[in-house]
Amino acid sequence: MKSVNTEIAVTHILTRKKQTIVASFGVTIGIAIYICLNTLIIGTNRYSDNAIFKTTPHVRVYKEDEISKPLSKDTIGKHNPVVIVNPKISNISKNLINPIKLLTDIKRQPEVTAAAPMVIANLFYNNGKSQMNGTAWGINVVEANAMFDIQSTMVDGDFKTLLSTPNGIILGVGIADKLNIKRNDNVSVISSIGVIKLMKVVGFFKSSNIVTDKSKSYMNLAAAQQLLAQGPNYVTDIFVNIRNPELAPEYALTLGKLTGYTTEDWKAANELFVAGKKIRQVLFLVVSWAILLVAAFGIYNILNMTISQKLNDIAILKATGFLGRDVVRIFVMEAMVMGIMGTIMGFLLAALIVNLLSRIYIGADIGYFPIQFELPVSMTGAGVGMLVTFLAGYIPARKAAKVDPVAIFRK
Amino acid sequence: MMDRKVILSTKGVGKYFYDPVKFKALDNISFEAYQGEFLSLVGKSGSGKSTLLYILSTMDTTYEGELFIEEKKVTGLSTDKLAAIRGENIGFVFQFHYLLPEFSCLKNIMIPALKLGKMSREEIEHEAYKRMEMLDLKEQALKPASKLSGGQQQRIAIARALINNPKIIMCDEPTGNLDTKNTQIVFDIFKQISHDFGQTIIAVTHDLDFAKASDRTIELADGKIISHGF
Ligand SMILES: Nc1ncnc2c1ncn2[C@@H]1O[C@H](COP(=O)(O)OP(=O)(O)OP(=O)(O)O)[C@@H](O)[C@H]1O
Ligand SMILES: [Mg+2]
Repeated sequence: MKSVNTEIAVTHILTRKKQTIVASFGVTIGIAIYICLNTLIIGTNRYSDNAIFKTTPHVRVYKEDEISKPLSKDTIGKHNPVVIVNPKISNISKNLINPIKLLTDIKRQPEVTAAAPMVIANLFYNNGKSQMNGTAWGINVVEANAMFDIQSTMVDGDFKTLLSTPNGIILGVGIADKLNIKRNDNVSVISSIGVIKLMKVVGFFKSSNIVTDKSKSYMNLAAAQQLLAQGPNYVTDIFVNIRNPELAPEYALTLGKLTGYTTEDWKAANELFVAGKKIRQVLFLVVSWAILLVAAFGIYNILNMTISQKLNDIAILKATGFLGRDVVRIFVMEAMVMGIMGTIMGFLLAALIVNLLSRIYIGADIGYFPIQFELPVSMTGAGVGMLVTFLAGYIPARKAAKVDPVAIFRK
Repeated sequence: MMDRKVILSTKGVGKYFYDPVKFKALDNISFEAYQGEFLSLVGKSGSGKSTLLYILSTMDTTYEGELFIEEKKVTGLSTDKLAAIRGENIGFVFQFHYLLPEFSCLKNIMIPALKLGKMSREEIEHEAYKRMEMLDLKEQALKPASKLSGGQQQRIAIARALINNPKIIMCDEPTGNLDTKNTQIVFDIFKQISHDFGQTIIAVTHDLDFAKASDRTIELADGKIISHGF
């Protein structure tokens, strides 16, 4: 059986349809914008994170350069301090010791999803008289592709050709343009220690970063090792991906302890990007909440007005046995009806807007607008909408519950 | 007459107002109202009639002294308990009707009973129609309350006050807005419900004819009872 409180609330709403619709329309707009903005954040973050993760691992394990130190601190005593005048970076190799064991140890960690050995070498690319400097990434083709999806950045040639071409090299498009190199051409490279090697260009890649495209190349691990005149056990970096990249800073510490080497997480490596992302997030959050609050204020206003017009009704209800909480229930129910109607419509409107946005073609390497319907954030939006309307109803309703009927009847 | 059951009584009720200056509106009010009695409360304007009635109604709780309803002390009970006591035992009729304008007359009459929840919806509707029949309102049942004449509205308000069969009906100038014909109708109803159904009526009034025709008249002056009307 319908309770009398519900009956009164429903009657109030039905006799002021227009105001109800206006108030719930405010909620509709608020919720729709809240969901759209938050969906947009998720979409663009996902896109830009992906772009970052095409070139940066979640965590990088490498050996940091060391400044030369005296072998021992105080064999000679306090009065004869041991110093090295004008210390230099020590001449210790950047090699990670026993990389195969290190790699299996890292891969055994439950959090780790992928780990790839790397040899990073500085070199010059030559074609005839023209020369460019850059960095070669010596990679394990299969593992590196699993981590960075390099194949998807290829604009010419097949990435996997590297597997069958020991002296193959894949160049950034910027290098190819400048040195006027076409696929299947040969290019000679000189490493920083003077090793010269003739390599066969098997393809070109294009990242979202022009500087990268003008300097970076991929080659087999062994080729990079040869360029540095090192054997097959020489590895300068291990790139590690983990389950939740947001936890990379914490996990980098764990990995550092595990391996004993220096670690760097992707957030530290891209501080500017992370800061920009944070600013964007805060901005969107503030805007979406502000709009929701405005919508809630609409409900608050209408309820406040209704209540001040209905003081007589509230007084007689209280005289005839209604409790303060019955009065609260009646008006909160009215607010919730507006809130629920508005939220449902806002949810649908947001779905429509997101759908339309996702069809907009932006071009470049972004392609379509990086947005898709995100159920969790939409549910949060709906939940937040309900919460805000509840408060917008509860505050004036509590005031109504405190109406003193005697004061009304005396007038 | 004197051995009838006491339905409501006060002991030494006093009331102060503090705004704008401290002022004693009621002073040591003690009286008893009996079952089935039609009691009128008279006195000059400002003598404290309404103030007393609101204390009797349990809606005003800031007074000194004690109030008993059916020999149970209600002074000091929580507002929720008082609301429940009101809903079950007291019906109200004011000078203004205080009907809910969006609801039909029938619904207006039914609402206090729906709140009390002692009867099914069908029974309540049946009871409401019975009251309307008694008050000659049957044709108005489904009209919105705002579309009735003043006399009709006041009778709807009386029907609403009667719906829960309250032991006491309290009225503040119930005929204040009515012409002589409608005043007579309301008066007859009150006589009928007090004498035929044994409900007690406590009515504040300015109308001396009305007061004279009631069973007993208590007269107030400057916040004190100057006559118990026995
Ligand atoms: N809320 C209030 N604050 C201060 N004084 C009040 C208040 N209500 C009533 N009074 C005072 O208390 C006294 C009694 O008022 P009350 O309304 O009970 O008179 P009444 O007998 O009902 O008069 P009337 O016949 O004009 O309705 C008056 O002097 C009035 O000024
Ligand atoms: Mg008065």
